[in-house]
Amino acid sequence: MIDIQTQLFEGRDIRFGPIDYEKDPEIETKWTHDSAFMRMYEINPARPLSAAIIKKQYEKLEKQVEEDKNLYHFMIRAKEDDRLIGRAAIQWIEWTNGNAWLHLGIGSAQDQRKGFGSQALGMLMRFAFAELNLFRLSARIPEYNQAAIALFSKFGFAEEVRRRQALDRDGRRWDLIVFGLLNSEWQNQTRA
Amino acid sequence: MNDILKGEFVRLSSIDPDEFGKAFSRWHRDSEFMRFLDSSPSQLQSQKGMQKSLEEDLEKQKNDRHWFTIRALDDDKLLGDIDLSIYNWTGRDAFVGLGIGERDFWGKGYGTDVMKVILRYAFTELNLQRLTLTVFEYNPRAVRAYEKTGFRHEGRLRQFLNREGRRWDMLFMGILRHEWMEQNGQ
Amino acid sequence: MRDLFRGELVRLTSEEPGLRAQAEARWQRDTEFHRLADSDPAQIISEKKLKEWFEKQIENGFKPDRYSFAVRTLADDRHIAFFALWLDLIHNEAWVGIGIGEREFWGKGYGTEMMKLCLQYAFTELNVHRVSLGLHEYNPRALRSYQKAGFRMEGRTRQDLMREGKRYDSLWMGILREEWMQMQTGDLHE
Repeated sequence: MIDIQTQLFEGRDIRFGPIDYEKDPEIETKWTHDSAFMRMYEINPARPLSAAIIKKQYEKLEKQVEEDKNLYHFMIRAKEDDRLIGRAAIQWIEWTNGNAWLHLGIGSAQDQRKGFGSQALGMLMRFAFAELNLFRLSARIPEYNQAAIALFSKFGFAEEVRRRQALDRDGRRWDLIVFGLLNSEWQNQTRA
Repeated sequence: MNDILKGEFVRLSSIDPDEFGKAFSRWHRDSEFMRFLDSSPSQLQSQKGMQKSLEEDLEKQKNDRHWFTIRALDDDKLLGDIDLSIYNWTGRDAFVGLGIGERDFWGKGYGTDVMKVILRYAFTELNLQRLTLTVFEYNPRAVRAYEKTGFRHEGRLRQFLNREGRRWDMLFMGILRHEWMEQNGQ
Repeated sequence: MRDLFRGELVRLTSEEPGLRAQAEARWQRDTEFHRLADSDPAQIISEKKLKEWFEKQIENGFKPDRYSFAVRTLADDRHIAFFALWLDLIHNEAWVGIGIGEREFWGKGYGTEMMKLCLQYAFTELNVHRVSLGLHEYNPRALRSYQKAGFRMEGRTRQDLMREGKRYDSLWMGILREEWMQMQTGDLHE
């Protein structure tokens, strides 16, 4: 019988929720002022963003979700007080090939290293594999992001591609690594 | 300084939405070509529709995409197109996309020639630091041409594509600026 | 990696359009500031118009060849200044425009620190090969500040500015990535 009891959007300490246009821009603007976080989260140059700019980005995002149908996007919210703690996305979905790319980040330092990233990644993968029926997932991680590499490796992702010296940050070049995991591999791990 | 848009057999030229639209909608009917080129399902598009989407693309990506048509040097025949998409200016890395629509010109060294021209353009005119490309494992002819031009294998996304009832890997290849300079005696 | 957006006196931020318009409207009244910073004629623009401008910028979105920052003091979070970088992507060069609108912060090291953060951003996040700037010959304070930051004099265009009935030269300065890197020895990888 199908397991429809397990909640797809509820974790132990976090949940996947919608955008709160009133509260979230004020929180997210702070993350964008943290260049260390932004350099982990994005390969584009880090830039501080005002709440007004973030609001506009949210609008563009929801439009893309609706029109392009190749993106699923979630706000990661703490269950205790529903505050925004991160973002999670399944993007660049190619339906006929059954593949997509994962992107997630926990924004503020005090919420990091608490296992929230793990919970979020587990939920994201379950949604991608068991609800969207995707065949494989990829993630693009800079070699200096040790925490992300450890997290994805823990969940069974394998290093598949090393784009040599593709990034230039903080005065030197770094490799950009692509990790991949197949649905069948995920099933073996989780249902074993 | 020499004519950097010219190779031995081909030259790079501009995109004329009208002419290119006609050619491209014809090449779209060649599903083998489309399946080498793209991971999205092959679609047929009218000449008018193709022209319109070309005009939109040309407008939209003006600064980050350097897009050329490929013409044979001897009779100026339109053979295909090639583009550089700079996805990361600060890392100075771009994706190269090549498509030779005229199948009579496959396997004759035209791909290698045009790739040489675009590499020179990328490294000596756009001053990029590296180039990246993706190619499907069922396209060994292209893989050989890219190896010949100096691209190195960087890995593969396993079973990335689903076609003809089975799965195929997508290969990543890359070339660094200093590698290209060494090969070209600079 | 280093903190790109925080120095010892100031932090870099992105301003809400309304607040930005308020600040610009206030600074434009100080024509001495304007004449030190700019070569186009001093003028008065309504706060409403300025706000529309800044809102339109948000609509248009980010381009990879332009980066601008508002500067706030760490002590009491006052919005005192701005700087912007315009990039030539092909040749990998950036032009910087910088200015402290609140005059009580002139001559106190804020400009030096802002330029430090600006160059750090230009050389370790945008990875440009050189940063250029221009200034008026009647702005010796800026010249000293830029020299301290590592810029070298590269030339002058004679008498290209006219103000108060007299003619003045424009000075051109530049700093190369390798020069800046050498100045950093030891700071680069923490």
